[in-house]
Amino acid sequence: MTPKALLILALLVAVGGCSGSDETPGYDLDSDSQAQVVADAYAARVFAAYQETETKAKDLEAKIKAFVAAPSEAGFTACKSAWLAARPAYGRTEAFRFYGGPIDAKDTGKEGEINGWPLDENFVDYVKDDPDAGIVNKPTEFPTIDAKVIAGLNEKDGEKNLSTGWHAIEFLLWGQDLDDAGPGKRPYTDFVDSGTAKNQARRRTYLVVAAELLVADLAEVRAAWEPTKGYAATWVTRSRKQSLLDVFQGIVSLSGIELGGERMTVAYTNQDQEDEHSCFSDNTTADFAANQEGIAAIYLGSAERPGLSVLVKAKDAAIDAAARKALDDATAAIKAIPAPFDTAIKGEPGRQKVKAAIDALKVQTDALVKAANLLDLKVSTKA
Amino acid sequence: MRTRYLIGCLALGACAGASDPPATLDPDRALSAGEGTVLDTTRDAFGRPLANMRADRRDAFFVGNSFFNRTWVAAPTSTESFDGLGPTFNATSCSACHFKDGRGRPPAEGDRMLSMLLRLSVPGADAHGGPAPEPTYGGQLEPNGILSVPGEGTPKVSYVEQPGSYPDGTPYSLRLPTYRIDELHYGPLAASVLISPRVAPMVAGVGLLEAVDDATLLALADPDDRDGDGVRGRVNRVWDEAAGALRIGRFGWKANQPSVAQQNAGAFLGDMGITSPLFPKENCPTSHLECRAAKSGGSPEIVERDLAAVLFYTRVLAVPARRNVDDPQVVAGEQLFSTIGCATCHVAALTTGAAAAEPELQMQKIRPFTDLLLHDLGEGLADGRPDFSAGPRDWRTTPLWGLGMIETVNGHTLLLHDGRARGPEEAVLWHDGEAKGARQRFTELTRDERTKVIAFLRSL
Repeated sequence: MTPKALLILALLVAVGGCSGSDETPGYDLDSDSQAQVVADAYAARVFAAYQETETKAKDLEAKIKAFVAAPSEAGFTACKSAWLAARPAYGRTEAFRFYGGPIDAKDTGKEGEINGWPLDENFVDYVKDDPDAGIVNKPTEFPTIDAKVIAGLNEKDGEKNLSTGWHAIEFLLWGQDLDDAGPGKRPYTDFVDSGTAKNQARRRTYLVVAAELLVADLAEVRAAWEPTKGYAATWVTRSRKQSLLDVFQGIVSLSGIELGGERMTVAYTNQDQEDEHSCFSDNTTADFAANQEGIAAIYLGSAERPGLSVLVKAKDAAIDAAARKALDDATAAIKAIPAPFDTAIKGEPGRQKVKAAIDALKVQTDALVKAANLLDLKVSTKA
Repeated sequence: MRTRYLIGCLALGACAGASDPPATLDPDRALSAGEGTVLDTTRDAFGRPLANMRADRRDAFFVGNSFFNRTWVAAPTSTESFDGLGPTFNATSCSACHFKDGRGRPPAEGDRMLSMLLRLSVPGADAHGGPAPEPTYGGQLEPNGILSVPGEGTPKVSYVEQPGSYPDGTPYSLRLPTYRIDELHYGPLAASVLISPRVAPMVAGVGLLEAVDDATLLALADPDDRDGDGVRGRVNRVWDEAAGALRIGRFGWKANQPSVAQQNAGAFLGDMGITSPLFPKENCPTSHLECRAAKSGGSPEIVERDLAAVLFYTRVLAVPARRNVDDPQVVAGEQLFSTIGCATCHVAALTTGAAAAEPELQMQKIRPFTDLLLHDLGEGLADGRPDFSAGPRDWRTTPLWGLGMIETVNGHTLLLHDGRARGPEEAVLWHDGEAKGARQRFTELTRDERTKVIAFLRSL
C-alpha cells in the first residue's frame, strides 16, 4: 500500500466513526489493583520530593539571611553552595510538570515564578553596559522591594517579565557569566554598603525577598501534595488511568520535549554561549542529571514505592526491559557531558557527547511512549 | 498499533458504515494539506510538521518551534540570542498571541488585550504606497514597555448587541465592537487616526498558501466583474522589502504581506520590538524619548540563522485533516456552501506550485477554502483603513481550513478579523458587500439547511 493510500485509509477510519481501540481486550487499568498501588506511590514520591526541595530551599534562605546580616566572602560562598545543593532536589521534581498538576496548573501554577527562564536579568540588577538597570537600581520607580513588587512583574505569559525564582537568586549570587571558562564572578561586596556597584542595601533586600518567595511557592506546591489534602486527595480517588496518563505525560515531556529538545537540541544547534538554564553558575549539566534522575525514579520506582515498570513488566517484559535499558543509557550519556555546558556545545569532544545524550534521550522518549501505549495511555509528544 | 487497528477495521468491514459521498464531492476532501495533512484532533492539531516531511528534517522544525515559543527579554542579558524585547511591545513571544500555532481572540471583559492588536494610521500613504503611520504612535499600538519605558496605551473593546432575525423568524444577535485607547502615554492620537483591530491569525498552513503561484491567484481574480456575478476579487500589491518592489500580497487580514519571511520579520519588529536583518531599525517614534534611550539587544536582535529557523518552522506547519467528511449533514452542508455562493471566494481547493520554498510544499492539492483575494465585505465589517491597494471595506478571504479545530486548540470560537463573531453562524451573517448575495441566500435556507452548513464548517 502506498503511503498516500494508507493515509486515506487512516482518514476513513478516523472520520468514518469506526469504533476501535488499541486496548488489549479485557485489560483495564482502572480495575488493576497494582495500578492503584503505583499511582498512590507516585503521589507519595512527589510529596517527599517537594518536601526535600522545600527543606533545601529553606537552608538557602537561612544562609542568605545570615549573609545579608553580616556580608562576608565566606557567607557569600555558603549561599552559593546552598543554592547548588538545593538545585538537584528541584531538578528531580521537574518530572512532575507538563500535565497541569499543582506545579503548572493553568492560572494558579507557580512554575514560572519558581523556575522561569530566560531571566530578565536587567529587570533585577545591573548588567554589563548598564550599571543602572533593574529594580535594585531604580529606587524612584520601586521605592520598596517586596514579594508583591517582584512577583507582580512576573505575571502572565506574554505580558510580564521574569524576575523571581531560582535563576533570579542565581543571578544575584553569581552575576553575569561573561567568562567562557567559568561561572559569573559577582563580588560579595555588591552587598556591602559603600562596596561595589550601587544600591547595596536594596540588593540585599531583593535577595532575601526572592528567597522567601521561592520557599513560599515551594511550600504551596508541597502542601497541594500533602497526603489526604488538596490535590493529593483528588489524586487518590480519581481514575487510575487518568493519573497514570499524567505520570507518563510528565516524564515523556521532560525527556523528549524539554530536556532532549529545548535544553539540548536547540543549544547544540545554535551553540550560543548562554543558551543554558543555569547560565550564571554554570550548573546546567547538574540540572540535566537531576532531571534524568527524576524521570528514572518515576519509571523504575523502589521497593517502598513501586514505579511504572511494575505495570509495564506485567504486560510485556521485553518492552519494560527496553525502557530500563534506555533509561540507563540516557543516564550514562548525560553524565558523560563535560561541564560547563556552554563550553561543551562549542567544540569537541563536548559536542559529540551532547549529541550522544540527545540521541539517547530520543531512544528513551520512544521507549517510554511505547510503554505508555502498552497500557493504553495516549501521551502527547508535542511541545 | 495503527496498522493493526486499520487491518482489523477493514477485516470487520466496519468502515462501510458511512454512506458513500456523492460523486460531485472531492474524494480526498479530508486532506486539507494534501500529502502533508496530519491526523490530529487534539489541542496540538495546528502544531505538527507536515506529514510528508522526512524524519531527518524534524530537528530543524524543533529548533524553530523552540524560538516560536521562547520568551524574549529586555537587553542586555547573558542570553544574547533572546534579548532585545521592546522597548515597547505587544507580547514577549510568538506563541503568546499565536497560542499553539492557532488563533488569537479579543480580550474577555476585564482582561488585557493580548492576542490581538490595533493597527494605526492616518489618511494618505507612505513612500511605498502603504498606510501612513500615525505621527506619534506609528503603525501599531504597543500596550507594553520594558522597565522604565511606558507602554503606549491601554486598548479597550466594548460591544453593542444588534438583534436581527432570519426570514423564517428565527432570531439572532450580532455584537458590534467599538474600540478606545485609555492611558495614552505619549499624548493624543491624531484627530484623523484610523484604527484597525486584528486578532492573531492561525499560523498553520501559511507555507502552503505561500506556495500557490501568483498566476493561480491572478486567474481567480475578477477585478472588473467580467462574469457579472457581483463578486470581483482583486490581488493586493504590497511593498516587498527584500525585493525592493511591489509584489502580490497574501498574508495578513488585508493581504498586506507578500511572504511568510516578511510577515515573520514584521511581527518580530511590530509585535515584540525585535529588529532583524530585514527590518534593522528599532520601532521608536521620534517623540518616545524613553523608548529611544533604551538599550538595544544587538544589531540585529534576531540573527538571520534564528529567523530562518522560525521561517522554516512556520512554513512547514501542517493543517489537520477534516473530520466527519462522510457525515450526511456535513456532505449536505458542503453542497449548500457551494450552491449558495460561499465557495465563489472561499475556493475549496488550490494546487501549490513546483517552485515552492520547501520540497514538502511543492505540487500539493490543498483545500484551504480561500482565493487569497481582496473583497469588499461591506460597511458593517469595514475598518475604514486602506492598506496598499486594499480599500477601507476590503478584506482578504480568510482560509477556512482548521476552522472546526479552533475551539479545541484555542478554547474559543471567536471569528472574523476582530473576533466579533461568536461562532461560524455569526461570521456568515456579518458578510455584506460582494458577499451580500451569498449571505442573503444563507438566511433564506431552512433552519435545517443552515444547521447543515454550520456542520460542514465545523468539519473543517
